[in-house]
Amino acid sequence: MLDSTRTCTLPDAPGVGFKACHFEAVTSAPGAVRWLEIHAENYLGDGGRPQAQLAALAERFPLSVHGVGLSIGAERGLDPDHLARVAGLVDRLRPASFSEHLAWSTHDTAFLNDLLPLPYTEVTLDRVCTHVDQVQAALNRPILLENPSTYLSFAESAITETDFLREITDRTGCGLLLDVNNVFVSATNLGTDPRAYLAAFPMERVGEIHLGGHDAQEDEHGAPLLIDSHGREVADPVWTLYAEAIAAAGPRPTLIEWDTDVPDWATLAAEATRAEAILARVPA
Amino acid sequence: MSVTQETFRAALLDPAAPVPDGLTDAAGRPAGRRFDVYRNNVVASLAAALETGFPAVRALVGPDRFRALAIAHARAHPPRTPLMMHAGADLPAFLEAAGFGAALADVARLELAVRESYHAADTAPVDPAALGQITPERLENLRLGIAPALRLVPSAHAVVSRRQAALEGSAQGAQDRPETALVTRPGFDPVVTALAPSEGVFVAALARGAPLGTAVARAAAHDPAFTPAAALSALLAGGAITSLETEPAP
Repeated sequence: MLDSTRTCTLPDAPGVGFKACHFEAVTSAPGAVRWLEIHAENYLGDGGRPQAQLAALAERFPLSVHGVGLSIGAERGLDPDHLARVAGLVDRLRPASFSEHLAWSTHDTAFLNDLLPLPYTEVTLDRVCTHVDQVQAALNRPILLENPSTYLSFAESAITETDFLREITDRTGCGLLLDVNNVFVSATNLGTDPRAYLAAFPMERVGEIHLGGHDAQEDEHGAPLLIDSHGREVADPVWTLYAEAIAAAGPRPTLIEWDTDVPDWATLAAEATRAEAILARVPA
Repeated sequence: MSVTQETFRAALLDPAAPVPDGLTDAAGRPAGRRFDVYRNNVVASLAAALETGFPAVRALVGPDRFRALAIAHARAHPPRTPLMMHAGADLPAFLEAAGFGAALADVARLELAVRESYHAADTAPVDPAALGQITPERLENLRLGIAPALRLVPSAHAVVSRRQAALEGSAQGAQDRPETALVTRPGFDPVVTALAPSEGVFVAALARGAPLGTAVARAAAHDPAFTPAAALSALLAGGAITSLETEPAP
């Protein structure tokens, strides 16, 4: 187990997911944005503009590297080549935080470019802990693991998601990334209470919070089906849950995620300003 | 009942497959449309990566037809790497297998080459004047260091003109002819230059480490009228020459 006391050294302030189209704006007028998150897999090329922009950002902002392709929830073993590539990026960049997802995206050699769900059982718990241990050993640092958005249930699941995450963090020493939008999306989709989920969540292990937008649909029975699209403003009920969570647990580094239909900088920065106002009301 | 990831993956990529047993909604009913969210996320994101990565091929076949091809490709050949910058590395072969000609597949190869060049390692180019300072007797054995951002796409078709016309939304005016696409990256943005096939042979020989004299001889064997000046100018302008290694004159 790794020492998790320095899991994350991001400031307890707003950050945004960096998009190349915002490079000029974020460096000249960051507004409330104090740190940036990048997706590791977009910065594993050898050079060119992406690496030059990343180097410039690293001089100016604390960075969070967010992996979307390690497939920690996979049945099969981790891809050692990919893990080595990500470790190389982390070693070079020395970011304030590295995070990944409680999900899988690769099976055999097929990369499916989505965060896919897994059942919560003793078998999957052991496997995820093994994979988290392997990632932390390769990166030589504790990571943050993010709670997923869920659209369906596994009949075989025998452990609640909050107990599953608590057990992972106890066994591996990893921290957690709390995505409040994912909490709201999953609770709505599964007919559970998001406040009960947050009450059971190991907040003392949370090193970062994610906020993002979702789309609303219905299933074939007319039940609400929320989609974690990251394509619009954070919804009001998610802001409310976020404010309640940090009022109880204290401020945390808070990221605005907007990955599809990316807006202009002013619109994204306004979301960061809204997070800043909520953070300002929480005693440090 | 346990839903394996093999079962999950197979059902994700086959829209006709039933939703795996053991996946439910909150009331314990079969997951139905909820599983389709994952189906749609996977196929739509993979297809969108191809739409972004192959704008000229998309324009040439038409957006709707390309979307259908991209979805079929995503289901049959999901990426073998989490690096989406390499998405569609097998699209040229997929297009040929789907009955498209080599002319279109070569445009796809060129779009891949441009993307590879964009992400390639940075290198410092030589001063263009340095080549002119090499004494004639040393030119024969001169070896050029070539930037990792250089790519060559030889084609029996007008691959450069065809891509350019597609990106500009104009009809391809020029007659079809063999072209070798030279991709260089003088700054951060790749530049595509049309070379004659013999010039392509010349640059390919240089990139493999052949001395200048040998590269000229190979190109001249391909086309007796070959001269190296234009190709060397394109390499210098593109920042593609990173070192000049002369050997002592015999």
